[in-house]
Parts: sequence; structure tokens; C-alpha cells
Amino acid sequence: MKTPLDSIAGTIISGLILTVILYFFVVNFLVKTTV
Amino acid sequence: MELIIARWLHIFAGIVWIGLLYYFNFVQAVALPKDKADNTAAGITKHIAPQALLWFRWAALATWLIGAYYLERGHIGIGNAFMLKGTAAAIGIGAWLGTIMLFNVWVLIWPNQKKVLGIVQADDATKAKAARIAFLASRTNTMLSIPMLFFMVTGSAGHGLPHM
Repeated sequence: MKTPLDSIAGTIISGLILTVILYFFVVNFLVKTTV
Repeated sequence: MELIIARWLHIFAGIVWIGLLYYFNFVQAVALPKDKADNTAAGITKHIAPQALLWFRWAALATWLIGAYYLERGHIGIGNAFMLKGTAAAIGIGAWLGTIMLFNVWVLIWPNQKKVLGIVQADDATKAKAARIAFLASRTNTMLSIPMLFFMVTGSAGHGLPHM
């Protein structure tokens, strides 16, 4: 079964999407609630 | 001075590790099918790949150990980072991603690459399965390296994230 990780472009795009998701997770659920 | 040296060595080892990861994904994985097609793959599989994997896996371990030392000896604290506490949350995300990547290197990539490269004996079906697992673990690490680098940079620069 093919996945986005089978291509270099899919891997990089997945990494960028994950970065954005984690960024908003940290800013909205971690840093703001504890500082 | 101790922390500067630790940080310097952490980044040096990280460049060796991630540099080789990008070599595997952006160069070797693309070139190898072409090499197999014209029967020139042996040079890569017998000599280059084992040497690259040697530096790759030990650099991964060195990066993690020096990073853990730096977190603990610095003012962040390894516990605060891994518990994602307050301003340690950003570097903590980076530390978690790096830890998952280290696991992938030693538990998924290296044992399966040993089968693929013939360092340990395996039949063709086992080799094919091992190659797929190692490939996906390597690609997962490439994907994770993108947010890992982001959180390492932003976490260490200001010990906090810029708000959009």
C-alpha cells in the first residue's frame, strides 16, 4: 500500500503539516496554560 | 563553557545523523533502484551503506545523549522538557521527536537494514519485508526531522515560541 512517505515530496509536505499542527498545539494548549 | 561545548557537540552529532538520514532518503533510496537496474548496486550495498549506517546510528545515540546532558545541566531540566512544562514545552516537543527518531534508528532501521544488506542471514521474503519496514521508518524520521528542527531552533533561541 502506497503512503505519502513513499515520495520525497509527500514526506516533506507531511513534515510541514505536522510542524504546523504541533506549533498550534504547543502555543494553545501548553505554553498559554502554564505561563 | 561546559554547556557551550555540549551544545556544540550536540549540533555536530546532529548534523552527522540528520545529514546521513537525508543522504539515505534524498540520494541513496532514489539512486539504488537505478543501480540495481544496471547491476552497479553492489558498491553501495556492500561498502557505502554499511559505513554510512555505522556513522548514522552512533551519531543518533551521541546526539540524544549529549542533548539529554545539555537539557539536564542547563536551566531547562530534562524532566521539564519531557513533561512539556511551561517554556520548556517547545524544546520538549523537539526532545520527544528526537527520542522517537532514535527509537526508529536502533529498533526499526538498523536491525532491518542488517537483513537487507546481508549482514545477518535472511530469506528473500524476509528481506523484502525488512526493506519496507526500514524504508518507512527512515521516511518517518525524515518527516519528523522537520518539526524536530523547528522546535529545537525555536525552543533554544528564546525558550518560547513566537506568537503569530
